[in-house]
Amino acid sequence: MTTIKRPDGRKVDEMRHISAKVGIVPNADGSAMYQSGKTIAIAAVYGPRKMHPQHAQDPEKGTLRCNYTMLSFSVAERAKPGPNRRSMEISKITEWALEPVLMIDKFPNTVIDVHINILQADAGTRCAGINAAAMALAHAGIPMKGIVSSISVGKLDKTLVVDLDKAEEDWEEGEGATDIPISMTDKGELTHIQLDGKISTKQLKEAVEMARKACKQIYEVQKKALKEGSGK
Amino acid sequence: MINSIIIAPKINAERVKKYLDSGKRFDGRDKDEFRDIEIETGVSVKAEGSARARIGKTEVIVGVKMDVGTPYADSQDAGNLSVMAELLPLSSPRFELGPPRFEAVELGRLVDRSIRESKFINLKGLCIKEGEKVWNIFLDVYTINDDGNLLDTAILAAIAALKEAKIPVYNEETEKVQYGEWTNKKLPLSKEIPMPITVHKIGNNFIVDPTREEEDLSEVRVAIAMHDGTIHSMQKGNSDPLTTEQFSEVLDLAEAAEKKILKKVEKYLK
Repeated sequence: MTTIKRPDGRKVDEMRHISAKVGIVPNADGSAMYQSGKTIAIAAVYGPRKMHPQHAQDPEKGTLRCNYTMLSFSVAERAKPGPNRRSMEISKITEWALEPVLMIDKFPNTVIDVHINILQADAGTRCAGINAAAMALAHAGIPMKGIVSSISVGKLDKTLVVDLDKAEEDWEEGEGATDIPISMTDKGELTHIQLDGKISTKQLKEAVEMARKACKQIYEVQKKALKEGSGK
Repeated sequence: MINSIIIAPKINAERVKKYLDSGKRFDGRDKDEFRDIEIETGVSVKAEGSARARIGKTEVIVGVKMDVGTPYADSQDAGNLSVMAELLPLSSPRFELGPPRFEAVELGRLVDRSIRESKFINLKGLCIKEGEKVWNIFLDVYTINDDGNLLDTAILAAIAALKEAKIPVYNEETEKVQYGEWTNKKLPLSKEIPMPITVHKIGNNFIVDPTREEEDLSEVRVAIAMHDGTIHSMQKGNSDPLTTEQFSEVLDLAEAAEKKILKKVEKYLK
């Protein structure tokens, strides 16, 4: 594999600097911030609480409801406030990514709301949002089988790199950029994968392996933040 | 409630899974085999291009309309593509009138990305004057009958509609498109056609092209658009996890299925 020079000088398997913190929204039942380089996501959990309207209640299990929103000033050109097709999809994908670790069957007829806001966007916002949300859910004390960690693996021209930033997402040389956001449980199961670009099946398998290693590191960061923030 | 009628009864669920475990499907297909595929163009003479695709009893129509507009700030020299999908109430007792729900939004976005990411349309070839005037392509997807796998059906119809489309006449003086009049020019399209291969996990098995009954039992959906073994877009759906071994199985099945679907659609998409 040819080597590539990343715009910010990182090694191919080097993530951006991460910081993470729980308990950032005192009103919420659980909350967290996750920052990766210049991307910042905050998440707050409310619930489990009774689902309204009543006909939306599920008597067999609780409902996870995620809401991903980019703040208007989080991007270079002001984003129109309110939901759009992209944010609707990311919200749903976040639910799919997180549900496998949540023991929501313990809370029939309830809803757990997870509000995710992006304060600063420099690529990888859905991954940062999922990381923050997973921490916020744990911080809220909701029974979980594990934690979900999320990272974007990218292919710049022909080289796989971990944790794309905005400059890399816009990579145009050679085969351009392929973006592969992936989420995994701490046991290495895939709970979410998306892909835009161009990649062989063989290299995609390598990308998943790369994500697994990165998610392990993120898991440690999440765990540390949760320990430091225990007791709210 | 109506749901109890349409959701596959549990008794069938057990049988579908048992059959799959012994390598069989209710309609006798292999796990990587699509139902019969039919594609025809010319659904509406008013459209720049239009097509109908059928996979088994599932049917989707797609129309292409074009107009001239200004380019996006980040692509001053390229035309625009916008894809919308509607789950028409006429196509299933499950679909209701009203603003688009998640399923319709996702369908549109997945069709969009399979076309866009494979660079099937050379959008730069749709620039009229850099920074000022470009062609907008509106690709609208409507479901006609849902018997499972609307997504792959929609992508096939979209490809056929784009291939048929002719660029309308644009009057430079009035700066208006003269609708109803077409040039002989086709859209600038790539020969590398993205093939839609959506894989579903049911129990311990992975299959492509589920019928409605099978799709109702799907635990995981991996939507893939690929060309000759190269993947251009992918999206995992539903909340059951996959081990990395299972994920490899998905990719292997998709590769095998791509070879098979090509044989079925070749004659339509030459």
